[in-house]
Order: sequence, then C-alpha cells, then structure tokens
Amino acid sequence: MNRQTPILAVSAIDKTFTMHLQGGQRLAVLERLEFEVFPGECVVLGGPSGAGKSTILKLVYGNYAADRGRIVLGAGTGAVDIAAADPRSVLAARRHTMGYVSQFLRCVPRVPALQVVAEPLVERGVAPDEARERAADLLTRLSIPPRLWSLPPATFSGGEQQRVNIARGFLPELPLLLLDEPTASLDARNRDAVIELIREKRSRGVGMLGIFHDVQVRTAVADRVLDVEALAPGAGAAA
Amino acid sequence: MTDERPLLEVRGAGHRYGLRYGCRDVDFDLWPGEVLAVVGESGSGKSTLLGTLSQRLELTEGNIRYRMADGLPVELAGLSESSVRRLWRSEWGFVHQDPADGLRMHVSAGGNVGEPLMANGWRHYGRIRETAAQWLERVEIPADRIDDHPSTFSGGMRQRLQIARNLVVSPRLVFMDEPTSGLDVSVQARLLDLIRSLVSDLGLAVVVVTHDLAVARLISHRTLVMKDGRVIESGLTDRVLDDPHAAYTQLLVSSVLQG
Amino acid sequence: MTADLIGYNVGYLDEQTKRMIRRALLKAVAIPGFQVPFASREVPMPRGWGTGGVQVTAAIIGEQDVLKVIDQGADDTTNAVSIRNFFRSVAHVETTTRTDEATIIQTRHRIPETPLAEGQVIVYQVPMPEPLRFLEPRETETRRLHALEEYGLMFVKLYEDIARFGHIAKTYDYPVLVGGRYLMAPSPIPSFDNPKMHMNPALQLFGAGREKRIYAVPPFTSVESLGFEDFPFEPQRFDDPCAICGATGGYLDEVITDDAGGSMFVCSDTDHCERTAAAPNDTTSTATTSTTTRPNPATPNTKAIA
Repeated sequence: MNRQTPILAVSAIDKTFTMHLQGGQRLAVLERLEFEVFPGECVVLGGPSGAGKSTILKLVYGNYAADRGRIVLGAGTGAVDIAAADPRSVLAARRHTMGYVSQFLRCVPRVPALQVVAEPLVERGVAPDEARERAADLLTRLSIPPRLWSLPPATFSGGEQQRVNIARGFLPELPLLLLDEPTASLDARNRDAVIELIREKRSRGVGMLGIFHDVQVRTAVADRVLDVEALAPGAGAAA
Repeated sequence: MTDERPLLEVRGAGHRYGLRYGCRDVDFDLWPGEVLAVVGESGSGKSTLLGTLSQRLELTEGNIRYRMADGLPVELAGLSESSVRRLWRSEWGFVHQDPADGLRMHVSAGGNVGEPLMANGWRHYGRIRETAAQWLERVEIPADRIDDHPSTFSGGMRQRLQIARNLVVSPRLVFMDEPTSGLDVSVQARLLDLIRSLVSDLGLAVVVVTHDLAVARLISHRTLVMKDGRVIESGLTDRVLDDPHAAYTQLLVSSVLQG
Repeated sequence: MTADLIGYNVGYLDEQTKRMIRRALLKAVAIPGFQVPFASREVPMPRGWGTGGVQVTAAIIGEQDVLKVIDQGADDTTNAVSIRNFFRSVAHVETTTRTDEATIIQTRHRIPETPLAEGQVIVYQVPMPEPLRFLEPRETETRRLHALEEYGLMFVKLYEDIARFGHIAKTYDYPVLVGGRYLMAPSPIPSFDNPKMHMNPALQLFGAGREKRIYAVPPFTSVESLGFEDFPFEPQRFDDPCAICGATGGYLDEVITDDAGGSMFVCSDTDHCERTAAAPNDTTSTATTSTTTRPNPATPNTKAIA
C-alpha cells in the first residue's frame, strides 16, 4: 500500500442530528471518527444500513456539517479542512479535488446526455471538442448507444440515467472520488465496466471512498473495508 | 478563486419600517460568479433585504460595500443618486417577479433588449438590433418575434425577455426577486436551466430571493435562510438543505414536495 | 365708446404675472432646453389654442414691438388673425405679416422660411413640452431622466420607428438635443424646420399653457436632431416647386382644389409665397407687398368688450 500523504484525513469527527420537528430529539451518528484514504487506494465503507456510511460521504463532500473534528482534503498548501471551510473553499475543493458519484442523476432538463457528461470537464477548462470526445468514449464503454447521446437523459430508463451519471462522475480527473453505490441495480456487464473504471482510476493514483452493497463489486475493488458500525456510538444513544 | 475580493460585503445591514425592522443584522460576502439564494416564507424579510441591497430601500443600519468595475470599493449608502443609476445602467440588473414591472410592455422585444444599450450610448441601429437578436436567441425567443410587443408573449417568454434585457449590458451583479414563481412548473424548469447556464457562462454574481427551495437547490451556491427579518442559517446550499440545523429550516425543508 | 369703462393692462396680463413669466423665461434662457414650470394663467382663448405662446408673448411684448403671428405658416388663418388682433388691441403694437419686419413672431407648427435675424424673438406654441411623455408617463421619472441626462428612452422610440417602418417615421415634433445637454420637444413643427433651430441668431421661446412649462433656446445655440449613426436624422424634402410662386426648397402644404380629389402643393409660409410670387426675379421690390397694419387708436380693446 502506498504510504505517502493521505488525500483524505478524517480525525475526531462527531456527527449528531438534532430533529427539531421531533421535539429536539438528538441522534448521534458518528463519534470520534478517524480514518485516512491514500492516493491509489479504494476504501470501502462497510456495515449495515443506518450505520452512517452515507453520512460519512456527505460529511466529506460538505453536504453535512460535522459537530467537531477535521476532514482534511489534500496536503501541503492546497490542503483544506472541509469541516471548517467556508462555502467557497468547499466549492473549490469539489471543483479541483473531489468528485461524487451517486446512483441518482439530478436531471438537468433539456441538456443532451453527451453534454451532461462532458460538462464537468468543460467547467474545469477542457476544450469542448475534446471533452465531448472523451465523454463519448466513456458512454460507449458504459453501453449507452450513440443514438441517445443527443437526447436529454430525463427521457432515459433508470439504468441508462444511472450510467450517464457514472460517466459524468468518472470523467474528470480528480484526486479523490466518493462513490455512493454506483453499481446498484446495474446488469453484470455494466457492473464489470464500472469495476474496470474504478481499477483504472486506482492505477492512476486516485483515492476512492465508497459504499458498495454488492459483495462481488466490493471484493473486486476494495483495498480496505472500514467497518462503520465499529466506529459508531451505541445505536440510538442520545448524547 | 481567481478573484480574491468579494463583490459585495454586507455587514450588520438592516432596514426599518417605522419602528419595526424589515430585516436586521445581515452579514455576508458575495463573490464574483457566486449565486446566493435568500429563502424564507413571505414576511420573513427576504424582499426587504433585496430592496436594501439593491438601494431601492434605505439602509437604516450597517454597511454595504460594493466593489466597482474599476476595482474601487464604495459604500453604497454614500453614493449619489446619479452614481446609483449609473450602476443600474452598466453593472447591475434586476429581474422582477412580474415581467411587466421590468419590461416596457408596449415597446417591441428588440426595443426592450436594446434600451439598456441605447442608455449606455449605443447609437448604431444595426448593431443594437443585431445584439438584441443575439440575446433573443440566447433566451430562446424566436427571431421572428423581435418586433412583437411583450404584451403578446406568454409568461415564460416575457420572463426570458426580461432576463435578456438585464443581461445585455453584461452586468456584474443581478438581483432576482422570485424570478420563476409566476410560471407553470414546466416553464419554471426551463427558465431555471436557462438562468443556471447564463450565470455560469457570464460569471455573474446573483442574489436571488425565493420561497422555493428547489429553485435555491438548482441555481444557487449558497443559501441564507431568513425568518422574522434575520438570517437564521446560512451556508453552502447543499449543506443547508441536506443538513438543516435551525428548527425553522428543518420545517422548510420537510415541507417541500418531493418530485 | 364704452372702451374706457373696461381697461386692460398693457399686454392683457397684470404686471405681477408678467414678472413671474419673465423670471421663468430668464431661467429657461439660462438653461437651454430645460422645462421651467410656471403658473399658467387663463387667457381669453381655450387651452390648446396657443395659451402658452400668448402668455410668453404678453410677457415680453412692448409697444414698440412689431408682431407677426402664424398658424401652420399662414398669417391669415383664424387663430393667427385672432391672436394678432388680440395683441393689437391689448398691447397697442404694430402687427405685420412680414417675417423680416417683425420683432416678435408667435408661431404654431412652423418656422418661417425667411431666415430669422439677430434681435428677433420667435415664440412657439407648445401642446406637449415633454418629449419623453409617451414613453414614460410619470412626471417624476421624466424629470429625473432629464436631470441625470438619461435619454436612452428617446432612442427606443426612434428604434421602434425604424423597426416598424424602416425609417424614422416621426415627421413633426422631432426630438432635439439642445446645447448638447437637454432633450427638448421643438413643438409640432415639421422636421423640415428642425435644422433652422440650430445656431439660429434669434431668441427662441416656447410656451406650453396647459402643461404650465416654459423653455428656451438662446441665440446661436446648438440644436441637434437625434438619430442613429446608420439612420441619421433626415428632414423632410420637397422636390416640386410651389404651385403658386414657383419657389423651391420651401415647406409645401397640399391644398385640395376640387371635389374630384384634385390638389396642388403650395408654400405653407404665406408671407414667403406672396413675396416670391410678387417678385419672382427681383428681391428689391418685395417691400411693396408689406401688409404692416398700424393699430387703430379709435378702437382699442373692442374685442374684450364684446
């Protein structure tokens, strides 16, 4: 394993949800969470549903705010603590450092699939022609037929939308990828294609943190499995 | 991150109606290229805040500093009326909820888009018309409607025309007051998508007031939640909507119809 | 014989009113093209028949003045004749139909063809002084637009014309920029006359009675008719000569001559036409057509008694 500086270092993270609509009930989900992800490894979050796996991904991506602790992304002068960063720094980190691939595509109405996929590259300064070319390659690998490329994904089947989303998430070259069950409900062939994509990313030094319920995929891609349940406070414990 | 200074720095801003505050203690920075959503229910003070920021209402307390195109920061409250109007002509835009408030309903679409250019000293008919035509195309209004009055347009078209009229002079800061709330849902989606792409293409800074969290989610980077004239929660839009902390924000988020 | 029982102040208006109007006029001259509000009075004619022009004339006229009044270029139309008679009786002035003999020319809708000279005053009757009115109905807002010199709106009107008709269709009351600063309505004169306002040696005064506004263009002031670079202002042109006097280069009216729809084009400026017709080749003899009329001392104020 690559023992250089981690691309992601999570330390002493607590996360509690306070449900004001349920009489201020507090739900402690994570306590003293610690882990690191290094470049070129794929860390899989394990544990049953409700253990807080998704919460961890959302904390790292900045969708959830941690109660305390540090979530340091990158290293050296470019390092940013997502738990403490202002919104602009989080947005900058999403642009330059981390990507998020979920199984759900937030449909942008009326934009053709090819453009949906190419957009993240164009936003990061790649020439539109080149971005479209690379998007087309990836869509081909994920068996989206060219006749669909010019259509908005809103009209696609669920599986097709999912694959468009995977292509969109995998296309930009970012040092850290957060994978939220990208293979759920894919057929075997496409699942294999995604496994292949993950392996390629890994060989290029990309660090990955993911949730995979599919044992087969997990076995195929995981360098380490992090048992979230072991890290979590007692179930339902009120702080 | 290329531009290291905020466009707008708001500190302790408030507006009072008589003895009652419409909004109070508002602090935020707005950066070039950033879209800030101000959400809250009616009466929460979000429209008052928009009015105060845009100099339509007096700043009763606090400071609003704006960095002009030449890089110099100015206190907005200290500007003369003519300076403020110059800002409106060349650096600011305002998209009203009702397009009739922001358009001349009895002037052609081309004239509506061309007016800001003429106000900025454009005196070449051919170039004014050509630019207006390009903008109509950009907001998806058919070229052959250029000489039609907006009174003959649908609600969605009028709103797109209003946006073109605001953006034609390449403003740096655009205020939007519930820009989609008067429209059918399908028309809303189209308009939001258009706003989203124009904002990112042009690198605009936008303050958009909306009661619709879906609008905030789709087009804004950051969100302020207002209640009773104060900002009760703010942050990255994803964060505010996915992990709301304040009781009121949780209520707002839980009241959204899932679609 | 009852003339002495009812007397009017010279010039009909009382001295205080005249002073008030003169103050407005001074301010108007000081700020060329700027509309100065004034307390418009009742005069013995309906609003819209030139009450603004009459009040301005009344405020500046003295007994040594020679007055010419034209309506659409003609000295002999009802309105022109009435106003001329009015001042002959209330101000005891000489009147004339000759442009070059007049010291004050009150006009509705024309500027005489004979070039005005230094020392002359031309008083325009103005129905609608605000050129932005039909574009921006709020008076508070139009005032602000003038104050801040925001005239984009006026160009919107010209833009709309070109978009609809292929050219600027406005042929009268064509907007002008005075002294490079104030947008001004020249009153409903034909755009043919607009160039005459530019650097005119005469003092040009404008009175709008119903709208209670006075404005002015001092002698030798630039008056620029608005236009686009690619659609510049173009005054109307008449290619044919006048059917009566044969003059070319003047503004022509179409006169219907029979029930069959026959018509001819004749000079709108009757003074100019008569003199050209009388002396087609001899400019020295034009003086013979002078129709200067001395006020009749025997019948002062007769109009007011009736």
